Amino acid sequence: MNPESKLRAGFRVGETPSFEEPWHAQVFALTHKLADAGHYTWPEWAAHFATALEQARLAGGAVDGSDYYDVWLETLEALLVKLDLASPEEVGNLVEAWRQAYLNTPHGNPVEIAHD
Amino acid sequence: MSGHSHDHDDPDYSVLPSDPALRVKSLETLLVNKGLVDPAALDAFIDSFQNDIGPKNGARVVAKAWCDAAYRERLLADATSAIAELGFSGIQGEHMAAVENTDDVHNMVVCTLCSCYPWPVLGIPPTWYKSFEYRSRAVVDPRGVLAEFGVELPEGTSVQVWDSTAEIRYLVIPKRPEDTESLSESQLAELVTRDSMIGTGVISPPGDSNDD
Repeated sequence: MNPESKLRAGFRVGETPSFEEPWHAQVFALTHKLADAGHYTWPEWAAHFATALEQARLAGGAVDGSDYYDVWLETLEALLVKLDLASPEEVGNLVEAWRQAYLNTPHGNPVEIAHD
Repeated sequence: MSGHSHDHDDPDYSVLPSDPALRVKSLETLLVNKGLVDPAALDAFIDSFQNDIGPKNGARVVAKAWCDAAYRERLLADATSAIAELGFSGIQGEHMAAVENTDDVHNMVVCTLCSCYPWPVLGIPPTWYKSFEYRSRAVVDPRGVLAEFGVELPEGTSVQVWDSTAEIRYLVIPKRPEDTESLSESQLAELVTRDSMIGTGVISPPGDSNDD
């Protein structure tokens, strides 16, 4: 696999740009709306994200952009911890609550978790 | 059917989303509960990107610049304002700059650090734009990258690569294809491709099937 073939593999003429998975759209929107609300500026976000992308690449991450939103999510999680807006414990507890809700909700019913 | 664990394959229970999907959902839940984001605003934002914001916006800007010399001048002088005239504005207050392809120069846009992109006029970037390959190679070997996109430039045409930042985003005004004098502005807009506005494509004349 030389770099050229990897690059060319990503060149899809006429590719419709969109979000490949719903969570990509959700994390994209969350990041923008938090910037809109003044929790950080867009250049601050971009600086954090650029650093994380470079670290991910140096650590052997994908070069084809396929882990782009994974790194985006990790960056947002870390930034929210740094800004004291969302601790790992708070997020972890909710992840577990949502996981259990999905596993225990019969198909076709809305998946919900109890509010605090 | 053992029935004691509900996994992806169990048709009776909801499908468990992927780990990142659960993490995003949890972040959203937490931030909404804390009153830091409005769920309706999130939905509206996503909806606008999936339905209203995309390369068609940029194509309208380009077609207008081709047809209206005064608009072209305004676009080159102050792209942010000229693009706002058509109702498209930066979502993070970023400034836009328009760069025009000519016989002498071909412009191409990259964001070497992350993937800053002119969202209001082009929507969501394609996967390759976000790849390390493109980000690293566009600057050092633009002609090689262009060749991989099937773009061969005349020898006399130089390539100018523009590196986007969080503050400034570039829109390429591609060359208007020949034999399009009879087309209306909206017909011209249909010819303008996303890649041509990033500078990794050129626009084929109408009826030419090279470009799919």
